[in-house]
Amino acid sequence: MTDHREESHEAFTSNLPQPGGIAGALMPVAGFGVTLRNFFRPTVTEQYPTTPANVQPRYHGRHQLNRYADGLEKCIGCELCAWACPADAIYVEGDSNTPDAQFSPGERYGRVYQINYLRCIFCGLCIEACPTRALTMTNEFEMAGPTREGLIYEKHDLLAPMEEGMLAAPHPMAPGTTDTEYYTGDVLRTTPEQEAWVRAHRPDDETLPENQPVREGHIPHSEQSGPGTPTPLGAKRFINGTGGGI
Amino acid sequence: MSTSADQTPATTDLVTVTIDGIETHVEQGTLIIRAAEQIGIEIPRFCDHPLLKPAGACRQCLVDVASPGPDGNLRAFPKPQASCTMPVTEGMVVNTQNTSEEAERAQKGVMELLLINHPLDCPVCDKGGECPLQNQAMSHGRGESRFVDVKRVFEKPLALSSEILLDRERCILCQRCTRFSQEIAGDAFIDLQNRGAMQQIGTFNEDVLGFDGYGPVGAAAEDETGNAFSSYYSGNTIQICPVGALTSASYRFRSRPFDLVSSPGISEHDSSGSAIRTDHRRGKILRRLADNDPVVNEEWVTDKDRFAFAWQNLADRITQPLVRKDGELVEASWPEALAAAAAGLTAAIGKTGTPADKKAKGVGVLPGGRVTLEDAYAYAKFARLVLDTNDVDARTRWSSDEEQAFLGASVAGTGLGVTFAELEKAPTVLLVGFEPEDEGGVVFLRLKKSAGRQKVFTVASHLSRGPEKLGATLLPAVPGHEASVVASLKGAKAAYKDLRAPGSIIVVGERAAASPGTLTAVEALAKRAKARVAWIPRRAGERGAVEAGALPGLLPGGRDAAVTAARNAVAKAWGASSLPNTKGRDADAIIAAASAKALDALVIGGVDDSDLTEDLLKAITNAKFTVSLEVRRTAVADAADVVLPVAPPSEKSGTFVNWEGRLRAFGTAIHTDAMSDHRVLDLLARQLGTDLGTATVDAINAELASLGAAATSHRPKAPAEPTPAAPKKSGGTDGELVLATWHQLVDEGALQDGEPYLAGTGRMAVARVSPATAEALGLHGVITVTAKRRGAIDVPVAVTEGMVDNVVWLPTKSPGSWVAQQLGVQPGDTVVVKGAAS
Repeated sequence: MTDHREESHEAFTSNLPQPGGIAGALMPVAGFGVTLRNFFRPTVTEQYPTTPANVQPRYHGRHQLNRYADGLEKCIGCELCAWACPADAIYVEGDSNTPDAQFSPGERYGRVYQINYLRCIFCGLCIEACPTRALTMTNEFEMAGPTREGLIYEKHDLLAPMEEGMLAAPHPMAPGTTDTEYYTGDVLRTTPEQEAWVRAHRPDDETLPENQPVREGHIPHSEQSGPGTPTPLGAKRFINGTGGGI
Repeated sequence: MSTSADQTPATTDLVTVTIDGIETHVEQGTLIIRAAEQIGIEIPRFCDHPLLKPAGACRQCLVDVASPGPDGNLRAFPKPQASCTMPVTEGMVVNTQNTSEEAERAQKGVMELLLINHPLDCPVCDKGGECPLQNQAMSHGRGESRFVDVKRVFEKPLALSSEILLDRERCILCQRCTRFSQEIAGDAFIDLQNRGAMQQIGTFNEDVLGFDGYGPVGAAAEDETGNAFSSYYSGNTIQICPVGALTSASYRFRSRPFDLVSSPGISEHDSSGSAIRTDHRRGKILRRLADNDPVVNEEWVTDKDRFAFAWQNLADRITQPLVRKDGELVEASWPEALAAAAAGLTAAIGKTGTPADKKAKGVGVLPGGRVTLEDAYAYAKFARLVLDTNDVDARTRWSSDEEQAFLGASVAGTGLGVTFAELEKAPTVLLVGFEPEDEGGVVFLRLKKSAGRQKVFTVASHLSRGPEKLGATLLPAVPGHEASVVASLKGAKAAYKDLRAPGSIIVVGERAAASPGTLTAVEALAKRAKARVAWIPRRAGERGAVEAGALPGLLPGGRDAAVTAARNAVAKAWGASSLPNTKGRDADAIIAAASAKALDALVIGGVDDSDLTEDLLKAITNAKFTVSLEVRRTAVADAADVVLPVAPPSEKSGTFVNWEGRLRAFGTAIHTDAMSDHRVLDLLARQLGTDLGTATVDAINAELASLGAAATSHRPKAPAEPTPAAPKKSGGTDGELVLATWHQLVDEGALQDGEPYLAGTGRMAVARVSPATAEALGLHGVITVTAKRRGAIDVPVAVTEGMVDNVVWLPTKSPGSWVAQQLGVQPGDTVVVKGAAS
């Protein structure tokens, strides 16, 4: 038994080249060379969460319901996103636009829009299904919360913030346009008629030019979301939906 | 259930045809598309519908056809033929898209042409997801459109009525809707207009369409509402539309087909028991559709069946029991509410064991006419077994003892009587106190199917639109004196001669009860002419209540409560020593007795006080105690002492017995914790110390089956009411006219609440008088109708040709004309009519 053990106990010999001289002398600390080299290279380690996470531009993060340039919603409540969803995370109810309450161009708008982020797997099939590009995904991924209800995002949580030239829906479509002009991008901002309509119906609306705080150059739109709409977790941290971070 | 030999198809007229190489034998006259269906080959189609006449409008079903020529050699048609219009002939060879490239090419070409002007708005279209055009474009169409020009556009949507919306851009001109309207409903209010690319469906209303000189030649058909597409069956056009051109305002953009769970059901709106499909999403009903039941409603339902479902889930729905405490109804637990109800009823039936028992005057039960068979049975059993009374009556409408005898002798427990199919085939139909369209719903559609082949006579004050569309002959009768008209049908009278043709049917409506002697006269006439009688009430639960014995003089199965042997038979089955042998009060008498404090308590089901000429709310106030079993917080529930919530039809299972006597069982569409009436009554009986045995539908059906129908000796005798004298020609100078009235199909009934779009399709309330009467009284514009008590009705007058003189007709419960509540009279009573003060 002992014989057998001694037999298998041979001395280790490396088959790598065995340098001699200085190189041979430094062999035991050669591994530190990598460390030393990286002292002089750019840092790739991210100090998340003390600094923002650096995600890829097309990262599948939280959804956003976009608006046309005059502030009308792009969502038509067609439920194709809900149909495409493999996790049954999206719930939509459509309704008719009326002359008194035009939320989106055309006949139909999404009255109820919910995404359950406890179910969502961020696969992006919903945004592929969207026929009006109303639904896109942002880079926002910090979604956690203490309640189930809090992770079911409602339409007002998901709607894109107002940008310059936009007026909060509902308001009529730009005069002389149909949903086709909106879809082809020919509506560039609100018209005086639309402003007049909102002024007549909701004089206190925050998005009217006279009710807005004084602008200094381009201010990120995150400041313009109304006080009535609860800001979702981390909403300030995605801007334009292009490459995230603060 | 009749399996007579005449229904077996004749086997002699078979022709041989080869489709896609498969040889088959079909009846002569079969269309190619049907012959292909029989061997499982599907040819795409849009305009073809098995219940409509062939049109060949969409051209989607093109196939290659060859048939033997005079020389016997097979000769191919030069071009593909529409298989939905071409009947097969002997030796025909058909090649569909499966075997013929030519046919496939033709079909693809048609599909491409159909899609040229079809908008790409599937995402917002209500039909998207269940659209034949969408499906076919996906399976057979091109992936990419070659069409680069501008599509034709129309204003969208165009409201044909408040309920039916037309999107002309989506229309592929298959003409299913126009053919349905003309052939099935007889309401030809929409039709094709214009030519070429501008061809479109429209109503005959120039203001809407802007005809641009292309207006219809004939006079535009309009009813009094001024609304051109005013049809009781307009909803069917939505269902058969193969694209999303016709949609309903109530379902517009509410959901998508893949959201919906579909449950088969039976409509609660009329006594036809139409098969429906209830589509619901997360416990909320979103729409109802017609189901296909060839023996009853075929594929059609009335707009009421289709659109009136919102009432079940309005804000006033009761979900918790309510108990009156310190004058206020407050929510209570079930045990508390049942205990309170039991305590009140125990006192009223004198079972408390205190000296006060001697003064107890008993309980009256009003189940209402909308109950299922099982619910009606539970009410009937609860009254007899627990409350020890015969004061139970489901007929909360105009009724009489004569009617009860008629129902007991000829209707209850007779099983399947006259059927829809027999009604359709009958050579002659006599309508007595029955409006096929307003009160019958789909009954009218069956009669319309035979219009032209069938002689129809109607005993009424005037020809309303329904009978007019049937080409009916009016046998004019002053309301209340229909009996003398029916009795006069004998000898050489034309109507009598026609009625003697074998298979003729006399249809008698529930209003006949308001006219003394009519049911007796009908029975006599039926005997004389060897015709059969069909009793068609309005409400869904009427026939079931008759079968279940929820009438004061009737026990289950048509047994007479006055016959000791019949009572004993039922008592034995129920495990009771005896049943009450006192004569029961009918609904009016129960209400009158409670008002006069001759009854201590009331148990009330789904009864709307505004349907009654008697003052039910006063009766509830005067009664010491009232239990209401209600779905909604109605005026009755508000006045009651204990309110027990019950399930609406969509949340329970049960059986409606339709007027044919056919059992129309339905399952629960939406599962909730709401309980049906029979289950609540079972709990209440248990609280009162009796095991009613009506906890489940199965238990009740087993009991009903073991009871069976009554022996002839146990039945009530057929009524023998003397025929009243012919109406005296009363003056009319002082404005006194005889009232004729019936419910219009779409009106302000309790089950149509909460559906404004449907209400908008109803016909306007007008008062109808004959030209002579209008002239004699100077009636024009808006007139005022008053009766001896209560309010007055102000409605526009419509002078009606051919109407009986000295009679005024009012709709029973249409907007502004609630006859029972406002006038407190029934048909045949005298009302005072005054013209506009001018």
